[in-house]
Amino acid sequence: MKKLSTASKVYLLLVFVVLYAPIFYLIFYSFNSGGSMNNFESFTFEHYKAVFEDSRLIVILINTVIVALLSGLIATIIGTLGAIGIVSIKDKKMRKTLLSLNNVLIVSPDVVIGASFLILFTMIGVKLGFTSVLVSHVAFSIPIVVLMVLPKLLEMNTSLIDAARDLGASKRDVLTRVILPYIQPGIFAGFFLALTYSLDDFAVTFFVTGNGFSTLSIEIYSMARAGISLTVNAISGLVFFVTILVVIGYYFVTNRAKRVNEEVQR
Amino acid sequence: MFNKASKGSLFPYTIWIALFVIAPIVLIVYYSMLDLNGNFTLNNYQTFFSSVYLKMTLTSFWYAFLITLFTLLFAYPTAFLLTKTKHKHLWLMLIIIPSWINLLLKTYAFIGIFGLYGPINAFLEVFGLDAQQVLFTDFSFIFVSVYIFIPFMIIPIFNSLDKLNPTLVYAARDLGASSFTTFRRVIFPLTIDGVKSGIQVTFIPALSLFMITRLIAGNKVITLGTAIEQQFLVSQNWGMGSTIAVFLIIIMVIIMLLTGQKKGGRAQ
Repeated sequence: MKKLSTASKVYLLLVFVVLYAPIFYLIFYSFNSGGSMNNFESFTFEHYKAVFEDSRLIVILINTVIVALLSGLIATIIGTLGAIGIVSIKDKKMRKTLLSLNNVLIVSPDVVIGASFLILFTMIGVKLGFTSVLVSHVAFSIPIVVLMVLPKLLEMNTSLIDAARDLGASKRDVLTRVILPYIQPGIFAGFFLALTYSLDDFAVTFFVTGNGFSTLSIEIYSMARAGISLTVNAISGLVFFVTILVVIGYYFVTNRAKRVNEEVQR
Repeated sequence: MFNKASKGSLFPYTIWIALFVIAPIVLIVYYSMLDLNGNFTLNNYQTFFSSVYLKMTLTSFWYAFLITLFTLLFAYPTAFLLTKTKHKHLWLMLIIIPSWINLLLKTYAFIGIFGLYGPINAFLEVFGLDAQQVLFTDFSFIFVSVYIFIPFMIIPIFNSLDKLNPTLVYAARDLGASSFTTFRRVIFPLTIDGVKSGIQVTFIPALSLFMITRLIAGNKVITLGTAIEQQFLVSQNWGMGSTIAVFLIIIMVIIMLLTGQKKGGRAQ
């Protein structure tokens, strides 16, 4: 392959600089002892200290993580079972309909999802707050789990199941000992994506959260509307740090899963 | 393929579809036909076709179009050059990482960057230009939106470029096509599916943005999304909000049909 010309390299570099500059800009000023994002006075950790001393903010952080983990877990269970169910459907038309319905929430604008869920919760009489936020996050994470698990199920060799059945495995054994281990990478990817969906969501949560309950995105929004506060910068420093950790962790886990898979198949 | 018992596993999934896919759409359509007191009416639709809302829809379209266009213009070359780098998947990973940072934080960063005393204005002052308000302008709105959407446009284009068989490009070159002709007649048509998915994931969200319009455009730009949020959470006029949502859904379906991929049509 041809080597990249200097102009191309400069272009790529520029794209990377523009992509990362705002993030590092935020983090840089999180260490600023002055109160603004344009005049670096001296180095300080006080904004980070402020985050950890603000018990309200800590509660919001914990809420966000709990909603993400719980919704990811529930969505992964329902989504994985759903994917197994979809594969078991023989009627092609029915299968296609289910798959199109599955994709509706993925392509819908989140404002519409938020608005329609708000109507739904009000009609059923669910109090807006933790429950409504959790249920919404589960709802919009399920389709992505299905999409991650489905290809793994489809590439699975059916003779594996026949063999297990012939060798006397019960239906339950087939599920827990054959199917689930095989599609595990897909389940993992689905759970991971569900987590990021939940952590990143703003619009849907904004609609279905009541007055008492708030996630990190909502809190940042209201802080940002009020103007610049370096506490937000400190939060972004922490978020960036955690994101990098998660990326590295995910990279190692999937790599290991791949290696184990290859060894099993050998 | 799978035994019959696994059909039971569909149970929670079908409940989910009924409750969170079908019911919300039905409810939105139902509410769009209610007035403020809950009586049946088609007034909301009439209002939507008044000049105010039509104008808003058009501007929303125009902004979404500009955002998608600029995102594509920057994303395509980036994806193209990325596929030519040595460790392309590592570089792609580095492009994706910023998209995992919370959207709100990235938007917040631009409040500082574009601010009156921010780095952009400091930079302009070096050249002797007066500081001016960059925040709350059309430019800042489009810039931030493009910034947010670029990774989502790069990924599908990168994937389709990555799948492209390089021998096709060599063949075109050998047969005397210039690099531009090769691009126009071979590379671009073969990666159009990636471009289409990229447009899908940019245009529809760009129509429905409301957080960026509030924080960056300072309520000057009203998109369909902003209008829905306004009707639902500020004016409490759920009927009108639902009507706009119905149109947003219709537009979404049209875009999906236009950019839908024909399966099995083209050999990859």
